[in-house]
Amino acid sequence: MSGDLQLPLAGTPFGASPSFIELVRRERPEALPVVPEGRLAELRVPHGTTVLGLKFADGIVVAGDRRATSGNLIADAKMRKVFAADEFSAIAIAGAAGQAVELVKLFQLELEHYEKITGDRLSLEGKANRLAQMIRSNFPMAMQGLVVVPLFGGYDERLAQGRIFYYDATGGSWEEDDYQTTGSGGLPAKNSLKKRWRLDLSRDEAIRVAVEALVDAAEDDAATGGPDTARNIYPVVITVTLDGAHDVDEAEVRSAVEAVLQERSS
Amino acid sequence: MSFMPYVAPEQLMKDRSDYAHKGIARGRSVLGLEYAEGLLFIAENPSATLHKISEVYDRIAFAGVGKYSEFEELRIGGIRHADMRGYQYGREDVKARDLANAYSQALSTIFTQQMKPYEVEVLVGEVDGESSGTSIYRILFDGSVSDEHGYVAMGGHAEDLTDALKDRYQEGWDLPTAIRSAVDVVASTPERREIPTVQIEAAVLDRTRTSRRKFRRLTPAEIESALA
Repeated sequence: MSGDLQLPLAGTPFGASPSFIELVRRERPEALPVVPEGRLAELRVPHGTTVLGLKFADGIVVAGDRRATSGNLIADAKMRKVFAADEFSAIAIAGAAGQAVELVKLFQLELEHYEKITGDRLSLEGKANRLAQMIRSNFPMAMQGLVVVPLFGGYDERLAQGRIFYYDATGGSWEEDDYQTTGSGGLPAKNSLKKRWRLDLSRDEAIRVAVEALVDAAEDDAATGGPDTARNIYPVVITVTLDGAHDVDEAEVRSAVEAVLQERSS
Repeated sequence: MSFMPYVAPEQLMKDRSDYAHKGIARGRSVLGLEYAEGLLFIAENPSATLHKISEVYDRIAFAGVGKYSEFEELRIGGIRHADMRGYQYGREDVKARDLANAYSQALSTIFTQQMKPYEVEVLVGEVDGESSGTSIYRILFDGSVSDEHGYVAMGGHAEDLTDALKDRYQEGWDLPTAIRSAVDVVASTPERREIPTVQIEAAVLDRTRTSRRKFRRLTPAEIESALA
């Protein structure tokens, strides 16, 4: 519909809401995910597997494998599960892939919309809280089996440090001091990080430790995809520092993977 | 029952138009101009936080003059319109022309149907393509739209500013030259005066930015160094 510009202050109690989700809910509720009737237990949809986040000296690293599984099948070997949420934060997701990707898209829009409307970026704490509310509102879906559990982290400009938050399916949210994993291979990945992680890791070391944890997860968890050098499938890694959120080049991830595999083969 | 005396529609429109004109002419102005890498917006603005220029979408920016509460409402409406469009379809389907049409419809309806017209003018600017191509739309208080090329001025003394720009404007200016020229034009109309750098609001749509969001506010230091 062209020209249906809604003037924001008409009909709202006070001030203009900076929330994109509220806007969609009000104007195009059909565009938001709906909770289906009945049980979905038999529904086989792709699930994302292992993602992790860890702090290092200058910020955080968030990484994830590329596999999505649907029951015993590999639904996608190259799925991306780690995203920059905005200029200074990143989100990684495990769980029902369709729900999760939609959640990420809405979350990214929510942050950008807030920033444009108010002229200010949300604080990192504010972003983490908003994400918790979004997961809480997905709870009816989680009860149907479509669980989404993200990891969220970013660079807190006020405290001048990286911070990581993790969530459960009910929208419970906790801040993590060092590292955290989620998804089917989360436990082996966490055990790996436990041995390798230090707060004073450099950026390159942190990338290496993250990749190694994903290799460990793939060894112990059938649903986690290991790096595939033949088909050039490598984990997605994002760093968030004072300079912002950046994808680590595939070439750099590949050399980290090769270093880990080299060490294990000798 | 209240008694409404007959007023000829011509008179009614003229009165509203005069009213809006007066309101806009009292305020300060905004310039929009094309430079080598995109679009530059310059405003004289005593406030460093109550902006006249704003990001709307990846390649689209907004500027408003006149009554703050009214153009702020239009700004927010525009961001909502653009974000909804991008969410429902795709990011590249959000276009300045579409937004200019929406503003035109909204302002025209307000002008003809409400007690008081909005005392505003707005600019919608867009950079498209990787190497060239810009569009600037200017929308007046009554909803009339014009498609501008190269440069545009609106707000108080808009005509004098447009004349001054016409004499000076050259295609392919680099950013510092564009800033310097624009600020000089603003500071010499209607009479020459000194504008402190902190009272200059400037932003660009820079198509060379690697980020998907091409809008960027210029810092006072950047403006200062361009003027030096």
